[in-house]
Amino acid sequence: MKIWSSLLAVIALVFIAWVGAGVLHLSTFFGIVLPYLALIIFLAGFLLRVIKWGKSPVPFCIPTTCGQQESLPWIKPNKIENPTTTWGVIWRMILEITLFRSLFRNTATEKHDGNLAIGSAKWLWFGSLLFHWSMLVIIIRHLRFFTEPVPVLIQGLEFMDSFLQIGIPLLYMTDVFIVLALSYLFLRRVAIPKVKYISQAADYFPLLLLLGVAISGILMRYFFRVDVVGVKELAMGLVTFRPVFSAEIGPIFYIHLTLVSCLFAYFPWSKLMHAGGIFMSPTRNLANNSRMVRHVNPWNYAVKTHTYDEYEEEFRDKMKKVGLPLEGEG
Amino acid sequence: MAKLPKKDELMNYKYEVPPSDWMDTAVDIRPGTYCYGAKGKNLEAVNFPNARDWSPVDEDWHLPDNWQEIFLNGMAERLDKYRSFRLFMDVCVRCGACADKCHFYMGSGDPKNMPVLRGELLRSVYRRYFTTSGKLLGRIAGARDLTEDVLKELWFYFYQCTECRRCSVFCPYGIDQAEITIMGRELFNLLGLNTDWISGPVANCYMKGNHVGLEPQTILSNIEFMMDDLEDITGKRIEPRFNKKGAEILFVAPSGDLFADPGIYTCMGYLMLFEQLGLDYTMSTYASEGGNFGFFTSNEMAKRLNAKIYAEAKRLGVKWILGGECGHMWRVVNQYMDTWNGPADFLEVPVSPITGTKFENARSTKMVHIAEFTADLIYHNKLKLDPSRNDHLRITFHDSCNTSRGMGIMEEPRYIIKNVCNNFFEMPEETIREKTLCCGSGSGLNAGENMEVRLRGGFPRANAVKYVQDKHGVNVLANICAIDRAAMPSLMDYWVPGVQVMGVHELVGNALIMDGEKERTLNLRGEPLPGKGGEDDV
Ligand code: HEM
Ligand code: SF4
Ligand code: SF4
Repeated sequence: MKIWSSLLAVIALVFIAWVGAGVLHLSTFFGIVLPYLALIIFLAGFLLRVIKWGKSPVPFCIPTTCGQQESLPWIKPNKIENPTTTWGVIWRMILEITLFRSLFRNTATEKHDGNLAIGSAKWLWFGSLLFHWSMLVIIIRHLRFFTEPVPVLIQGLEFMDSFLQIGIPLLYMTDVFIVLALSYLFLRRVAIPKVKYISQAADYFPLLLLLGVAISGILMRYFFRVDVVGVKELAMGLVTFRPVFSAEIGPIFYIHLTLVSCLFAYFPWSKLMHAGGIFMSPTRNLANNSRMVRHVNPWNYAVKTHTYDEYEEEFRDKMKKVGLPLEGEG
Repeated sequence: MAKLPKKDELMNYKYEVPPSDWMDTAVDIRPGTYCYGAKGKNLEAVNFPNARDWSPVDEDWHLPDNWQEIFLNGMAERLDKYRSFRLFMDVCVRCGACADKCHFYMGSGDPKNMPVLRGELLRSVYRRYFTTSGKLLGRIAGARDLTEDVLKELWFYFYQCTECRRCSVFCPYGIDQAEITIMGRELFNLLGLNTDWISGPVANCYMKGNHVGLEPQTILSNIEFMMDDLEDITGKRIEPRFNKKGAEILFVAPSGDLFADPGIYTCMGYLMLFEQLGLDYTMSTYASEGGNFGFFTSNEMAKRLNAKIYAEAKRLGVKWILGGECGHMWRVVNQYMDTWNGPADFLEVPVSPITGTKFENARSTKMVHIAEFTADLIYHNKLKLDPSRNDHLRITFHDSCNTSRGMGIMEEPRYIIKNVCNNFFEMPEETIREKTLCCGSGSGLNAGENMEVRLRGGFPRANAVKYVQDKHGVNVLANICAIDRAAMPSLMDYWVPGVQVMGVHELVGNALIMDGEKERTLNLRGEPLPGKGGEDDV
């Protein structure tokens, strides 16, 4: 049900784009209005979400410490996994964001009769890293449509990505990687009962949508060739706010663009916001220095306590009997 | 206490999922799996709302009429106050990396004990009332109404989480179910839905200064008994000091160490050490608790209980504070105390009067962990030790969740153990340090009536102990946690018989050579020391 409805939703989007742009020739809507709209929703939504998180304060210093603390000078602290300085935190965050450090710790627990075995499990980490890095490279590669002249860095990246020199047009490795990685991420959701059990439509949908984006892009590049010059002119027009259509572009392009637009518009309201959230996670981005420097809670308020005087009042006789020193004499 | 279930019954589970979707799988609150409900009088003692006697197995929980409103308003308030809460409600991608990291899942196979699903229990409510998609799309967006059944399910599983943070170590975003559980429990407390095992100690601690409810004269007589035993063992009479103004150091221990076997042996160890050093210290009958069951109740309650420590340090005019061996106590001291009740500007940066070491890492809170203090002494050769007195012990060390994942005190206790004992063996790497497996009884779950849950939750830890027992003949589980000392013995007896549970300072006390002591023939437990002429050696 959750899987089918997600698949159906993606197919519906493809169908809408195909009918709208390919049959009804609503290229202005699908080529100009929708991308702009999606971008606005994405930017505004992303910002709103981050602001909303930012508005909730961090009352306590709660890093999850994953290594030895800094204490006595002769005990070697783990400066990254249990940071006490801003630099330590920055390193920790860099490792989390670029290498998915925490996910790398992943293990799998197995039960054999009366014993547990905890073994290594790195596939999720690998698949996930492969997907995200491919995605990043692909996004950067796409900038060639939006820049004139194309910066050398982007050209270099393109060159490296296609260095296998297979086929015409040259095959990008990341195109293969992203489809493989996304398929893996999708299949593990369906095939591993435990993961299937926790999955929501909101988990299948983005994977299928991303797969849709990737596959439509690949079809467009390698199979149903479209007028790349026309695409580049439309793209340049969009970024200079003077969008024009100089040539007829095939419907596969509109399918790709529509799916991308939907991804952008969907992003801020979904779990994809982990991309912003990871930077703000208090268990990762704080230094474990709360015994060295006082962490201030902006909403700290006075509370009612049971004072020593009240305590002594209650136990005075008993305290006196056993010779404990007293404040007041009763 | 409920009758102990049989091992093969407990082990009769698989890591499988039920056929029905989790939202359609009803919760089964049965004996052995839950803690008794709070007593009204204990909640009243600390002015909590909706105080009443109540039992989780009752059909009718006698909730206030507007309970949903209270719950949801409470949630809204906390979403605005805690970035962690709001973020952790939003960013989980349900990757499942945390799923088999929770000891309760590992020991029960119940998918709702996977941290991700424990979180989803509340996230589904969050989506329904706080997100547009959840409001519009309902179930297909993973949202569900807050019904009484949902509340019961939440309650059940949030009192099956020990707030150990193991899931947080593995989550790519650091999502900490402990943080979500803490919020959930705050919400339950708005409805009077605490447990007896937590609310009782909270009321005790508030009124009498410690969880176990020891009145001042009882604390003194307990200590008196311990000192009598120590006199037999060492030939020396120790006179611990209480409520003494002008002492240099205030020593605060978890009250379990003043109260019961085997914590009292750890306490003896502390006091022998202080005596030998000639430390100018005092304990307090008012601030007689380092632990904090308020932390398992609400932030505010935790702060109210914690306030005693600084207040007493100020009243007594000490220079700094030394803290005993306790897990959640140290999470609170390390990450909360200064923020709640500081700044402690009336105290001085702690300096060891023996070695001159300045504890720069505690320069703001002014509170030092006794393992830091003792490790520093040993490093500077200030203690005469005879580790051979512990030679009959084969020791492994259990990192408590809170001190490893909410502080990072890992080497200090190991350094001490290696200096006071000759036989030390680590458990497998995946089960120690930041990956340590919980005792299964933390966060106020160490009651008797929920023994099945505790045995299950403690099984992964016990299984790692069994591994070193089989491999190295380990017979002691050392630790720096009062809850471990209280909870682990029954776990060990059940899963790995023959393993004793000892605080690190019990081992220190055994090895410590005191000036003018008589030849030791007994250990702190009053048992003959092998090879020391106490009894025939075998
Ligand atoms: C700062 C940037 C980002 C970081 C550090 C990051 C990190 C992660 C990590 C660690 C996971 C969990 C592993 C997994 O389930 O694969 C994940 C999941 C995921 N990420 Fe990202 N991510 C980032 C940006 C993005 C972006 C821009 C997208 C897509 C538009 C994206 C899409 C996804 C998806 C779809 C999943 C879920 C995979 C699944 O369902 O199995 N991420 N991300
Ligand atoms: S590891 Fe983190 S993101 Fe993944 S399912 Fe668990 S809580 Fe969610
Ligand atoms: S905090 Fe510990 S007990 Fe709670 S869900 Fe996470 S791993 Fe389980």
